[in-house]
Amino acid sequence: MSNIPAELKYVTSHEWLRLEADGSVTVGITEHAQELLGDIVFVELPKVGAQLAAEEQAGVVESVKAASDVYAPIAGEVLAVNEALEGTPELANSEPYGEGWFFRIRPANAADLDSLLDAAAYAAEIGA
Amino acid sequence: MSAARRTPLYEEHLAAGAKMVDFAGWEMPIHYGSQLKEHNTVRTGAGVFDVSHMTVVDITGADAKAWLQKLIANDVAKLGFTGKALYSGMLNEDGGVVDDLIVYLADDGYRMVVNAGTTDKDLAWMTRQAEGFAVTLTPRKDLAMLAVQGPAAVERVCAARPQWADAIRSLKVFQGLPFDAWFVARTGYTGEDGVEIMLPAGDAAAFFRELLALGVEPIGLGARDTLRLEAGMNLYGHDMDETVSPLEAGMGWTLAMKDGRDFIGRQALEAKLAAGVAMRQVGLVLEGRGVLREGQRVVVEGVGEGVITSGTFSPTLGHSIAIARVPFATGESATVDLRGTLTPVRVVKLPFVRGGKKVFE
Repeated sequence: MSNIPAELKYVTSHEWLRLEADGSVTVGITEHAQELLGDIVFVELPKVGAQLAAEEQAGVVESVKAASDVYAPIAGEVLAVNEALEGTPELANSEPYGEGWFFRIRPANAADLDSLLDAAAYAAEIGA
Repeated sequence: MSAARRTPLYEEHLAAGAKMVDFAGWEMPIHYGSQLKEHNTVRTGAGVFDVSHMTVVDITGADAKAWLQKLIANDVAKLGFTGKALYSGMLNEDGGVVDDLIVYLADDGYRMVVNAGTTDKDLAWMTRQAEGFAVTLTPRKDLAMLAVQGPAAVERVCAARPQWADAIRSLKVFQGLPFDAWFVARTGYTGEDGVEIMLPAGDAAAFFRELLALGVEPIGLGARDTLRLEAGMNLYGHDMDETVSPLEAGMGWTLAMKDGRDFIGRQALEAKLAAGVAMRQVGLVLEGRGVLREGQRVVVEGVGEGVITSGTFSPTLGHSIAIARVPFATGESATVDLRGTLTPVRVVKLPFVRGGKKVFE
């Protein structure tokens, strides 16, 4: 059974979002996503400063099994990326909601978060 | 579509925490937690694979040898003593590969091991080709098969069966011996030392548990694929099939053509050799980021195009490798269409890894 933390927001392309105290939003891939991918061996992240549109491609995850695109779940500017994934991409497998986060953005419109899936809706989406 | 079939080890896989997937109509373990960890276990210690989905066929009858000399492209006359093994392609009249297989010389005939996904087609083809020969084909559905592989594999098997240990240790590569109803051969699909064991289905679960108790780790089909790819070994249906010539799939060494033996596909091979072989099998190495995948286009500037037939991330090397079919005149470099970007790769001779070490230049 996949772990789906109640305090996060989700999108159907299997990214999670966490609203931070400073108004920025941290993005990663869900536990369900990393289970589907299997052992992750490379993560390609967006550039800090990049302006992303919602659903725009923001990176690539390569596992032993497959390559998968990572999308910006909402529009915004990239404030930081998780450089630890460069040397230890397996963090996205072992701690998808913690040390395995992907990037942080400043939302173009903070209200965009409200329309995303909550944990219950995401659980229903993946049949969990 | 009938329900997926289960091997005698199905319950053992679940007990060991396997993630099960459909493979050629069988419910098989893809991994037991981490494919990478399992891969490294086989390169450094000992792992056990359930390969009971593969099919063992015993071949008996007065014409067994003559029939096999017609059926397969390698020559069973090379098998000098009981238990000796031979790798071969079984070709169609057009010189395409119906399947690849191992055949052992037995006391009363031969024993063949064919792929799971091709079993029905193989048996139909073999039965058709047996017309007019005094030969009996007996698929051994009563047998399970385990592959125990890795530098510590042989010693772990010897520890589990001390009464057979001296005989097992004495086996050279591509040799096997019967032990009561079991058959143990020094063969495998990983590029490591190890054995493959055919045993009565009813003995399989207990032996699997014995091996785990001796520190042998269960290994899924995911790691089986990355291990064989590092070892430069073909996977049927990917690196070759009925539309691909063995001459263009790295199987030239298995074609015993020096005498005039009339095996199925020989005429097509001779015609191809006379006309000139257009493609050859090579290894590709991507030392930067990214993973080469099956089906990606290989572009060789000024020469032509080829295709990746198997690609993966190599856990042993820490970067991506692939097996590809490329124009014969390809040199030491090429590019691969990696998700829209032509990315430079090195062209090398297979294999990539043997005995846990990088072997290509």
